Amino acid sequence: MTSPVLDVRRLSVSYQTGRGTLRALRNVNMTVQPGRIVGIVGESGCGKSTLISTIIRLLAPNARIDGGSIEFMGRDLLSLESEAMRALRGDGISMVFQDPMTSLNPVMTIGRQMTDIQHRDNRSRADKLARAARLLERVGIADPAEQLKRYPHHLSGGMRQRVAIAMALMTEPALLIADEPTTALDATLEVQIIHRLRQLQQDFGCAVLFISHHLGVIAELCDEVVVMYAGEVVETGSTREVFLAPRHPYTRKLLECDPGRIEESTRHLPVIAGKLPDLVDLPKGCVFRSRCDESIDICARKPPELEGDDHCAACHVVGQ
Amino acid sequence: MLRFITRRASLSLLILFLAVSLLFAMIHMMPGDPASVILGPKASPELKAELNQRMGLDQPMLAQLGRFYADLARGDLGVDVFSDREVADIVFEQLPYTLVLVLAAIGGATLLGIPLGCFSAIRRNSLLDRITAVMSVAFIAIPSFVVALYLLLWLAVKWRWFPAMGAGASGDIADQARHLVLPAIALGLGWVGYIARLVRASMLEVMEENHIRTARAFGLPERSIIVHYALRIAILPTVTILGLGIGSMLSGALFAEIVFSRPGIGKLLHEAVITRNYPVVMGSVLVTTSFFVLSTLVADVVNAALDPRLRDSRRSS
Repeated sequence: MTSPVLDVRRLSVSYQTGRGTLRALRNVNMTVQPGRIVGIVGESGCGKSTLISTIIRLLAPNARIDGGSIEFMGRDLLSLESEAMRALRGDGISMVFQDPMTSLNPVMTIGRQMTDIQHRDNRSRADKLARAARLLERVGIADPAEQLKRYPHHLSGGMRQRVAIAMALMTEPALLIADEPTTALDATLEVQIIHRLRQLQQDFGCAVLFISHHLGVIAELCDEVVVMYAGEVVETGSTREVFLAPRHPYTRKLLECDPGRIEESTRHLPVIAGKLPDLVDLPKGCVFRSRCDESIDICARKPPELEGDDHCAACHVVGQ
Repeated sequence: MLRFITRRASLSLLILFLAVSLLFAMIHMMPGDPASVILGPKASPELKAELNQRMGLDQPMLAQLGRFYADLARGDLGVDVFSDREVADIVFEQLPYTLVLVLAAIGGATLLGIPLGCFSAIRRNSLLDRITAVMSVAFIAIPSFVVALYLLLWLAVKWRWFPAMGAGASGDIADQARHLVLPAIALGLGWVGYIARLVRASMLEVMEENHIRTARAFGLPERSIIVHYALRIAILPTVTILGLGIGSMLSGALFAEIVFSRPGIGKLLHEAVITRNYPVVMGSVLVTTSFFVLSTLVADVVNAALDPRLRDSRRSS
C-alpha cells in the first residue's frame, strides 16, 4: 500500500468557551490515500469543519489542539512553522468553501483573484491570466476570458462555485478539501458540479476530502466514507460497504433518515430521537448511547474504540 | 461610471440649490439689519432707506433670492457694502488659506488614522490598540479650540517651535508651511482618533469575512491580504465620512483661524455675519456649501471606483 496523502491520528481539538472547554474533536483517525475521494459525513456540529480547519491550520483563536498528529505526504502539519504551513496552503493542499456567495472577494475581478493565488509563480501576468482562463474552461465556464474581467456579484452561485473549484485546482494540489461545496446550490446544479468534480479529480489525479451532510452526494462521488458523530469518528469504510452494510447504529439511523431512501409515503420524515450530547460536559462511555436503541451495559462505562480492518466501527455491540 | 458621475453631479446641484436658498432665507431672518450696523444707531431713517434700497433689501425676499441667482448665473456674487469690492474677489482671496488648512488637517489625520486603525484591528487588544482607544476618545472629546489654545500656548509661545500667528509671508512656501502646522494639528487632531476607530471597526468586520479565509487558504501573504483584500473594503465607510468631514471643516476652520489669526473663509464668514454684510455672507456660504457638496460627491465617486457593487447598483437604479 502506498503512503497516504493525509493521515490524521488521534487528533483532539477543543475550544475555550464561556461555558468551559468544548471538546470539538476527540481521537479522530482518518486517512486519505493518493487519488482517492474520501467523504466525511455527519450532522451539523459533528466536527467536520473543525477537522478541516485543523488540517489547514486556520482554526479560530480560541481553539486548541490537545493532541494527535496530522501528516500530509509524510510531513507533520501540526509541528510546521506558520510560514511553512502557509507555503503548503493553496499549493499542496487547496480548499473549496461552502458558500460561493461570500467566499470570493467582492471588490476584485475574478481574474485578479485567480492571478493573485498564483503568487508563487514567477510568470508574467498575461501568462497567469491565460492559465486562469484555461482552468475556467475546464470547470465548464463559457467565454472564460470575458468572465475573468467580471466581479463575483456578476456571476451566479453555480458559476462562482465553479470559479472556486478552478482556483483550488490551479496549483494542481495533492489534496483538495471541499467543505460542503454544493450545499448552497440547488439540486440540478449540485449534480452538475459533482459530476464535474469527479471528472476533474480523475484528470488531475489529486486526492479529495469531501465534506457533506448529503448522503446522496457522498454515495455518488466518494470512494470511502468517514462517518462522524459529536466530534468522533464512528465508522469508516468503502462507500459501498458503509452504505450497504452499515455497522454503527448511528450510520444505520442516518441512512434510514435519508429522504432519498424513503419508499413509502409517510406523514412524518424519520428522525433520530434525542439530541447531540453537550460537548462541554461529555457523557461517560459511548457518545451515542443516549440516542441508541441497542446499548448494553458496557456502553455506559467505556467509550468504544474504532475497530476493524477496512470497514471500522466504534461500537461495543458491533465488536462483540 | 461616467453616467454615474453625471447623475450624482446633477443631484449635487439640486442639493446645493436647496441649501443655498434655505441659508438665504435664514440669513434674512436674523435679527438686526445691515443698515443699523453700517450706519450706526443714530442714522436717520432716510439714510437707512437709501442703503436698504441700494442693497436691494427693500424688495420682497423671493425677489431678492431671484436677483441673487440671476447675478450668480452671470458669475456675479455682488458687492461688499463696506469696501465696495467684488464679493467674488474677497471670497476667492480667502479661500486658498482655508483649503490648504483643511487639506493639511484631513490629510494628516488620514495618513495617521488609517494605519493606526489598521494596526489596532490586526493586533486587537494589544498595548497600541488600547492606547489609541483612550487617545482617540480623548482627542474626539476635546473641542478643537481648546487644542488650538494649548498648542498656541506651549508650542508657539513657550517653546517657540512654531509661529503663533498669521499664514506666513506670501511667496515663501517654507514659512507658510511652518505657519500651517499648529492650526492643522488643532483642526485635525480629533479626526485622527475618529478615523482610527472607524477603520478599526470596519477592518475587524472585514477580516472575519469568508473571502479573507479563502485568501488565507491559498497561502497569500498576510500583508497583501490586509492591504489589498481587507483594507480596500474596510476603507469605504471612512471615505464617506472624509467627504463629509472636509466639507464641514471648511466652515469649522473658523476656530483655528481665529485663534491663530489666520486669514480664511471661516473668519471672513464670521466677520460678515457680525456686521450683517449680507453679500459677503452669501458669497462665502455659497462657496463653502459648494465645497461641501463637491467633497461628498468626490467621496461617492471614490467609493464607486473602489467598490464595483456600488457602481452597478447605482447604474441599474
